[in-house]
Amino acid sequence: MNTSTATTSTSLLILGGGTAGTMIANKVRKQLPDWSVTVVDKTDIHDYQPGYLFIPFGMNEPKQVRKTKRPFFADGVNLVMGEVDIVDPESQKVTLEDGRILAYDYLVIATGTTPRPDQTEGMLGPEWHKTVTEFYTYDGAVSTRAALDKFTGGRLVVHVTEMPIKCPVAPLEFSFLADDYFTKRGIRDQVEIVYVTPLDGAFTKPVASRELGHKLEEKKIVLEPDFMIESVDQEAKVLRSYDEREIAYDLLVTVPLNMGADFVAKSGLGDELNYVPVDKHTFQSTQYDTIFALGDASNIPTSKAGSVAHFSVDVFMENLQQLAAGQEMTHSFDGHANCFVESGGGKALLLDFNYDTEPLTGTFPLPKVGPMSLLKESRANHLGKLAFRHIYWNALLPGRPLGLKADMTMAGKNTE
Amino acid sequence: MATTTIAGQTYDVNEEGFLTDPQVWTEELGTELAKLIGIEMTDAHWKAIRFLREDHGVMGETPTLRRVSTQAGIPVKELFALFPKKPAKKMAYVAGLPKPKGCV
Ligand SMILES: Cc1cc2nc3c(=O)[nH]c(=O)nc-3n(C[C@H](O)[C@H](O)[C@H](O)COP(=O)(O)OP(=O)(O)OC[C@H]3O[C@@H](n4cnc5c(N)ncnc54)[C@H](O)[C@@H]3O)c2cc1C
Repeated sequence: MNTSTATTSTSLLILGGGTAGTMIANKVRKQLPDWSVTVVDKTDIHDYQPGYLFIPFGMNEPKQVRKTKRPFFADGVNLVMGEVDIVDPESQKVTLEDGRILAYDYLVIATGTTPRPDQTEGMLGPEWHKTVTEFYTYDGAVSTRAALDKFTGGRLVVHVTEMPIKCPVAPLEFSFLADDYFTKRGIRDQVEIVYVTPLDGAFTKPVASRELGHKLEEKKIVLEPDFMIESVDQEAKVLRSYDEREIAYDLLVTVPLNMGADFVAKSGLGDELNYVPVDKHTFQSTQYDTIFALGDASNIPTSKAGSVAHFSVDVFMENLQQLAAGQEMTHSFDGHANCFVESGGGKALLLDFNYDTEPLTGTFPLPKVGPMSLLKESRANHLGKLAFRHIYWNALLPGRPLGLKADMTMAGKNTE
Repeated sequence: MATTTIAGQTYDVNEEGFLTDPQVWTEELGTELAKLIGIEMTDAHWKAIRFLREDHGVMGETPTLRRVSTQAGIPVKELFALFPKKPAKKMAYVAGLPKPKGCV
């Protein structure tokens, strides 16, 4: 790299060393070796979050989804352990909770999104992680496993507080796997499963909503749409909505409100859910040219998913090379998301979509051949989903190419 | 594309009856649209609708219920009272804007 005329190296500061932050740090080290790269994170633990879904059903052991962060960073990446307190975009400085100050030329916000049970009245009561539980955190997934073990019959309510949530299909998958789990235990006929959502159907996009809606019916899971929760009453064991409906539960598995990090709001960089408004094609902040947000932390209108983070990082890196060379950024992200949906019985569906095209039926990645089928259950999809944990630790985080194109392709898709 | 006639004027609408062009909207039209879904507009209704129009102008998108609540300072409970059952959808309808995108 001798295109740079600067005498001191450009400094890139990445807030958050999760899926997106780790990939970016490693790619920048490789592709822009002159740059200095620093990653800040509040914890040295890196969880494979998609594995949380399987813990309650004993399909993954907790220790399989948890590793230390440090070994995933390439040599030369500075890892700083600390919690971000505030960003000052004008002076290009970040202050940590312990008072340390870090300066940057370019800032990447990759602090993700977090479940916030404190945001719904009554959710964090004495029954939290007991009869009111969740699987969006490590502790929650482990508690849910214990709660399911104890459950011998009654009404299981699977609930989504508000959209957007990361991995928006996960609560549906949880319902399908619960159906399977109780069937295997021989008590399915003593369990009523209810799926409660603020959406007007099983899912957002019409074709997927229809297909997934059928799956719910097939598995005798009752759909309660348009439910905007106001509070949880842990004593009466009911959910109450703003329009005064009540849903009783014996066991509640909820997805709490998901929010971006509080420092984003404090720094004046966030929207009403602390997501950073960015250009949806380049991830550049709409307020400051020196700030980018990738992964779940941004407000781009596509799924908050690891696959999106992965495709986004590919586009972002091409743009960053141009930025480094003093050129205009010409690469544009199309919103590509690729999500496996566990449907029970050792099968899974696959959704592939972007900003403009909703999930359709067909095959992936090759027309007719697949081997994965889109929006249709198959064993290959399920095996693909399970295999992804290894790909994640061994190829994705280190920044090795996976051979999947960042742009979505229409090849193999049926347009009805 | 479908059309609808309101107060003697013809407008383009989508399959759910939402105006397809936010530009043709006026407050008078908003009052008529509200009547069609059984809502009599009051100052409290207008506070929400005017926020939707303004915010859409700046952001290019219809704000979500949470955004209306936090940015315009109207509790969600009140929005449910003003626009019963489906406030997000009803507010967008009255404001002549697309339904807020069901997030993905
Ligand atoms: C149950 C579940 C199932 C899922 N299944 C799938 C799936 O099947 N497929 C898929 O593609 N995706 C799935 N996902 C989503 C996927 O895990 C996320 O989209 C992805 O991890 C996002 O990456 P990120 O880098 O944006 O955020 P994260 O990986 O969450 O990283 C954020 C990092 O920021 C750090 N941080 C936060 N705040 C601060 C602060 N103030 N100071 C310092 N550090 C901070 C955190 O410690 C963390 O390390 C699932 C998620 C869940 C919860």
